[in-house]
Amino acid sequence: MNTTVNSDINTVILSVKNLTVAPKNAPNRHLVNNASFQLAAGKTTCIVGESGSGKSLTALSMMGLLSSQLQAKGSINFKNQELTGLSNKALQSIRGKQIGMIFQEPMTSLNPVLTVGYQIGEPLTTHLGLKGKLLKDRIAALLTQVGIPVERANSYPDELSGGQRQRVMIAMSIACEPALLIADEPTTALDVTVQAQVLQLLDTLKTRMNMAMLFITHDFGVVADIADDVVVMFRGEIVESGSVKVVLENPQHPYTKALLACVPDAAGLKPLKPIDYAWLENTVLNEKAA
Amino acid sequence: MHILQANHLVKTYTQRSGRFGFGSTQVKALNDVSISLKAGTTLAVVGESGSGKSTLARCLLQLQPLDSGEVIFGGQNLAKLDSVNLRSARRELQMVFQDPFASLNPRMKVGEIVTEGLLIHGLGSKQEQHEKALAILKRVGLSADDMQKYPHQFSGGQRQRIGIARALVLQPKVVVCDEPVSALDVSIQAQILILLKELQAELALSYIFISHDLRVVRHIADDIVVMHQGKIVEQGVVQEVYANPHHAYTKNLLDAIPGRAHAMVA
Repeated sequence: MNTTVNSDINTVILSVKNLTVAPKNAPNRHLVNNASFQLAAGKTTCIVGESGSGKSLTALSMMGLLSSQLQAKGSINFKNQELTGLSNKALQSIRGKQIGMIFQEPMTSLNPVLTVGYQIGEPLTTHLGLKGKLLKDRIAALLTQVGIPVERANSYPDELSGGQRQRVMIAMSIACEPALLIADEPTTALDVTVQAQVLQLLDTLKTRMNMAMLFITHDFGVVADIADDVVVMFRGEIVESGSVKVVLENPQHPYTKALLACVPDAAGLKPLKPIDYAWLENTVLNEKAA
Repeated sequence: MHILQANHLVKTYTQRSGRFGFGSTQVKALNDVSISLKAGTTLAVVGESGSGKSTLARCLLQLQPLDSGEVIFGGQNLAKLDSVNLRSARRELQMVFQDPFASLNPRMKVGEIVTEGLLIHGLGSKQEQHEKALAILKRVGLSADDMQKYPHQFSGGQRQRIGIARALVLQPKVVVCDEPVSALDVSIQAQILILLKELQAELALSYIFISHDLRVVRHIADDIVVMHQGKIVEQGVVQEVYANPHHAYTKNLLDAIPGRAHAMVA
């Protein structure tokens, strides 16, 4: 799935510079420390890391959805517009319109008392002012695009399977044809065969719509399947980034190497090796000093 | 030599259905399921959600009553035992649960959690119980100080170690592990898998390993049973099933393993 053939492959959609996230009452405790990376149109960038590495906080700060206890500093430039410091109202006109979002657990993101058709229609009404037949046609087109029968528009979320709910979330997030789609562990709660289908769908949509996709995951298998570029985070810092081929096949940073060594392979050929964190910290500190 | 054998297990749930739950439908969670576990080996039970794999785990230990079928362990049919005999049979048949946050009593100290089983089975004096608990906690990588702490003071991986110590302190022969590493980060997952393998070799344990992750199963299991909608669709030696799956569903599962097409992670 890594074959992106786009003419405008290097169009930078979003550029993060020196992003730092810290609690307001402990500004020196950096949960994300000095992170910088870029997202290009038609490309999928995976942020990979363990729990607590700061990968979700990075995504949330890009959408202005950080908890009020936290503060983000640095620059987040989206299509030549600085997002940090924008008012909530200004952000609302970007979120859901130019930046789409999907989260891990579709059931908690969907409203249980509204039909899925209504919920897919919401961003279309809010951002594009679609009504009546135009709205209905667009909802039908979106459902078809994500592989759900059109008559399902009248179903409630609890009448759908987990995979279908996530497809509904995807339909909502791409409704306004965003330039950037942020997906935070969108397949972690799904069965493995459903996960494969949803990954395939996201990859197809990304290419068709020439979106930039930021995909957060802890699973290197998923990274190998969907990423063009990879950003590896460890304890709030980006320790390595590059094309998926380079990072997976020829990792440079000791943490990336260690993390890859504890991923079980389906062939069962590679002995598992847990991370020796004490050794790793020493190595990282020595590297910094050098 | 088979240490545990389950024959023709059937378990049906009644599920409310219809818009307001006035109707009911029967769901066959286990539909004539038979497995056998060879002594000293690991049998993986894999399947997706709703396949019946967790129901199988709970029915083996008689944590849920079976509709029909027998579970032969230690020369007895567990499904026919009264509660007193079942309790003593369960000393040798223990379970490690998926969620180390939900399966440890938050109001008990780790020392109490690990000695509780010994207390219930009346094994040894208080001093001996303490020593046994300490020995197994140390073996799984915790310290004497940890006995005085509460579960919330530990990370997910450490809690899973406590859950393993709790099961192993009774010196069981068979341990049923229900998704023991699926809530853990991949590096912690590797630690726990290695620990489980070491303990198996040291203590001559047999495992039933319930999992949805075929990558993990490849590393820990000798034999595999693939479940789909309450039925076993394929079983055999892990290497052989992975190399040459016969059932279409097994093929689907194997094809869906993330990263399989890529040398570095596959």
